[in-house]
Amino acid sequence: MPLWDWDYAFSILPDLLLALVTTIEITVLGSVVALLLGLVFAVIRRARIPVLDQILWAFIEIVRSTPLLVQVFFLFFALPRLGITLSAFVIGVVGLGVHYATYTSEVYRAGIDAVPKGQWEAAAALSLPRSRVWTGVVLPQAIPRVLPALGNYVISMFKEVPLLLAIGVVEVVNAGREIGSATFRYVEPYTIAGVLFLLLSYPASLLVRRLERRSVRT
Amino acid sequence: MSDLPQILSVLGDGLPDTILATLGGIVLTVVLAFGAGLLLLSPRTWVRGITRVYVEGFRGTSEVVQLFWIYFVLPVIVGYQLVPLVAGIAVLGLNHGAYGAEIVRGAIRSVPRAQYEGAVALNLSPAQRMRRVILPQALVEILPPLNNLFIQLLKSTAVLALITVPEVTRQAREVLIPNFGDDTFLIFGVVFVIYLVLAAAITLVMRLLERWAAGRLGRRPVKADPLEAV
Repeated sequence: MPLWDWDYAFSILPDLLLALVTTIEITVLGSVVALLLGLVFAVIRRARIPVLDQILWAFIEIVRSTPLLVQVFFLFFALPRLGITLSAFVIGVVGLGVHYATYTSEVYRAGIDAVPKGQWEAAAALSLPRSRVWTGVVLPQAIPRVLPALGNYVISMFKEVPLLLAIGVVEVVNAGREIGSATFRYVEPYTIAGVLFLLLSYPASLLVRRLERRSVRT
Repeated sequence: MSDLPQILSVLGDGLPDTILATLGGIVLTVVLAFGAGLLLLSPRTWVRGITRVYVEGFRGTSEVVQLFWIYFVLPVIVGYQLVPLVAGIAVLGLNHGAYGAEIVRGAIRSVPRAQYEGAVALNLSPAQRMRRVILPQALVEILPPLNNLFIQLLKSTAVLALITVPEVTRQAREVLIPNFGDDTFLIFGVVFVIYLVLAAAITLVMRLLERWAAGRLGRRPVKADPLEAV
């Protein structure tokens, strides 16, 4: 038997591509959670509300310093005990999203800190309401600056989706495993899985790098 | 709560593999990061090209894919099955080494040009230049992001559970969850604490190293850049 069988490789490609769609869905939904929740974390922490600030700090530190896989298992096994049953897909989106929200909140914080103090003062002098200070003055300046860093985290999330095979999500690697266990050929499915990741994440990272260079120039 | 002693003992059994994987991964990461980082600055195009393929290949694919590839595919090709822990350490090192290489390359390039020129003017050989002038200055820039990278690596050791390495996460998932279902929260609480303590230990050691490296240059340690995505 040859090491690499092209006919076999092409025959399993549709199934793997289908699973890739699931992987991308989880990445996109997880990114939405991470990008929004991270922003919420950053804005709340900026307000320095006593107690809430400490709780949020502790939460972010715990989530950042412990493995995503453990957090996913936690959601998978602990939530049903509280009477909450979610599908593995949703747990994946929530787990990935919350984990990466703790990273993006740091990124937003850095971006917000980089907005010159005069901008806050000018906004206060114009007596803009609090919400307008954020949406009209601070965030439009803070977010473009941190877009490359946020983009890198989205790419990282994409590459972490296969972890979810541990709770039964059929993403690319899990699909490869199922195919492999049926045919006893693992070389093609896992190799194709790797190539698919490279094909998507490498161009994406080149794009982010270009964004990075442009944001350095301005 | 009454099951706490058993839970601690089962997770304790997983601790050596988690620590071994972390330390082994860190050693391999450091070697590959400095090796590949220097090669990325080689004047020869083909050396840079090959190193780029390694760096982008490992940065561009998923860690789980790499793990499964080395553990399930490589044996088919070379006919030799790696012990799970060794396969795991190899992937942890290769993967994080690729990220580390970019850190090292960036830090070396950020050393001011005048330092090169000064070293040339003093007639230092290229090796002396790198070892005595450039690297000590680059090291100060390298250590803070390396701290983040090592914590990332520690967290990645959990993935080894997927190839049957009996580390902390697998112990929790395969031994504790099926047998102590009522203690789910307690089990995960202990697991979280274990990783937090290990992460804190890494940060502590790295802070000491940062202070030492900066002190050697008569400087204060620099702070990590939060925009630096790992």
